[in-house]
Amino acid sequence: MLLLGQSPPKPQTLPPAPAPSIPAPAPPQVALKYTVLLDAAHGGTDTGARLAPNLVEKDLTLDLASRLRSMLAARGIEVAETRTSDASLSADQRAEIANKTPFSACILIHATATGSGVHLYTSSLAPTPPQKFMPWLTAQSAYATRSLKLLSDMESAFAHAEIPVTLGRTALQPMDSFACPAVAVEVAPLRRRASSKTEPLDNPDYQRAVLDALSAALAQWRGEWRQQP
Amino acid sequence: MEAAAVSTVISRVRRILFALLVIAIVVMAAVLIRLRERAQDRLHAIHDSAPAETAASAPQNVTLVIPNDLDGSLQDEQRSLSLPTDDSGKARVLLQDLLDTFYEPQSTHPISGAAGNPGIENVFLMPVPQATPSTGSPTPTPQANASGTLAIVDFTAAFAASQPSGIEPETLTLLSIIGTLHANLPAITQVRFLIDGRTAQTLAGHADLTRTYLVTDTTTGPTHP
Repeated sequence: MLLLGQSPPKPQTLPPAPAPSIPAPAPPQVALKYTVLLDAAHGGTDTGARLAPNLVEKDLTLDLASRLRSMLAARGIEVAETRTSDASLSADQRAEIANKTPFSACILIHATATGSGVHLYTSSLAPTPPQKFMPWLTAQSAYATRSLKLLSDMESAFAHAEIPVTLGRTALQPMDSFACPAVAVEVAPLRRRASSKTEPLDNPDYQRAVLDALSAALAQWRGEWRQQP
Repeated sequence: MEAAAVSTVISRVRRILFALLVIAIVVMAAVLIRLRERAQDRLHAIHDSAPAETAASAPQNVTLVIPNDLDGSLQDEQRSLSLPTDDSGKARVLLQDLLDTFYEPQSTHPISGAAGNPGIENVFLMPVPQATPSTGSPTPTPQANASGTLAIVDFTAAFAASQPSGIEPETLTLLSIIGTLHANLPAITQVRFLIDGRTAQTLAGHADLTRTYLVTDTTTGPTHP
C-alpha cells in the first residue's frame, strides 16, 4: 500500500524533449530579505475547479491569498502576490514573477472539492545541485531539498492545528519553474473520520484555521530559510 | 452590332466556364467523400483488428492500484481478468478496468459518469527513446543506456472532462495508472499521457501532462530533510 501521507509516491518526471533554454535568474538564489510570494492559482477565464454551485477555485484562492497576505504583514513579513485581481496569468508569467526577485518561500494556493483537509505538494523533480543557469521548466530541482524543509514546517503547523494533511510530490506548472523554495497548498473540505460532519470550503472557521497554520509555518520558516540544505 | 456579337460570345464562354467549374466542384466533392469513406474503413479495419478485441487468454490475476482521495493512498487490489495476449492490448484492458472502478458507486476515487464508458482511447507501447533526459537530472541530456518500454496512454476527451479537478485527484489518477501498468507490465519504465490523441497541458487544470513520467520510483516517497 502506498500512502501519500505516510509514504508518498515519488513520481519522478522528465521534462518534455524540447526544453527551453531560458535560464533561471540565478542559481539557487538566497533572498536578502525574508519575502514570501503567494500565487493564487487560476484566474480570469481559467476558473479552476468548481467547489460549490456558486464557488470556483480562482475566487477562493484569491481570497485566501489576500487574507494570508494581511496575516503575514501583521507578523512583519513582506509579501508579494502573482495576482491581486481576477487576472488571467499563464504559468510562464507566474514563474517570471517568482524568478524576478529572490523569494524566501513561494506558496501556490489551490483548492479542490475532493479529498480531506490540506494537501501539501512539492515538485516531483529530482534534486540537482545548483548551477549557474537552470532550465526554465525544471528550475525548481535546485530547490527541491529546501522545498521539502518548508513542507516539513507546514506539516507541523497543520498537525498542531489538528487539520489532516496529505503529503505528496507532483508535476505542476508553474511550480517546477520556480527558483525558490516552493510548496503547493491545496485546501479540501475537512471530513472528520470520527464523525460524518464535513466542514465545507466556504466555512469561515475552517478557512481561518488553515490560514493561521500557514501563517505560523511561514513565521517558523523565517528562522530557517537562510540555512542551506 | 459587332460589339453585341462579341458580348454574346463572351457571355456564352462565361456560362460554359461556370458550368465546367460547377461540374468540377461536384466531382471533387464526390471524390473527397469517397476518399474519406475509404480512410474511415481503413481506420475501422485497424480498430477491429486491434489485439485487445481479438485474442484473449484465460482469466489471470492482475494488480490494480486503486487510489483513495480521503487519505491520498494507493492500494493494490488483486483481480482476475481475461487479457489479450499482446502487451498493448493488455495495457488497454487493464487501464479500462482500472478506470471502471472509479465509476463504481463506492469508489474511493469517484469520477462522475457511467461505468463502461471508454476512458482509454488507446495505449501505445514503444522502446524508450535513447535521446531523453536522464532520470536523476532534469536537464535534457542524451541517455545512452535508457532501456525499457515507453507507454503512451491516450485518454478520451470524455474521461478528461469528467476527471475531478485538483492537484490530489489528478495526481492520484496518474499514479494509479502508472502503478497499474508497472505492476502488470514491468517492462514499462516511462509513461506519457495524451488526451484525444493530442498532447495536453494538464489533465484537468493541474497535473502536468507535457512530461514523461518515470515508473521506477513510484513506490518510494520523498524523504523529509
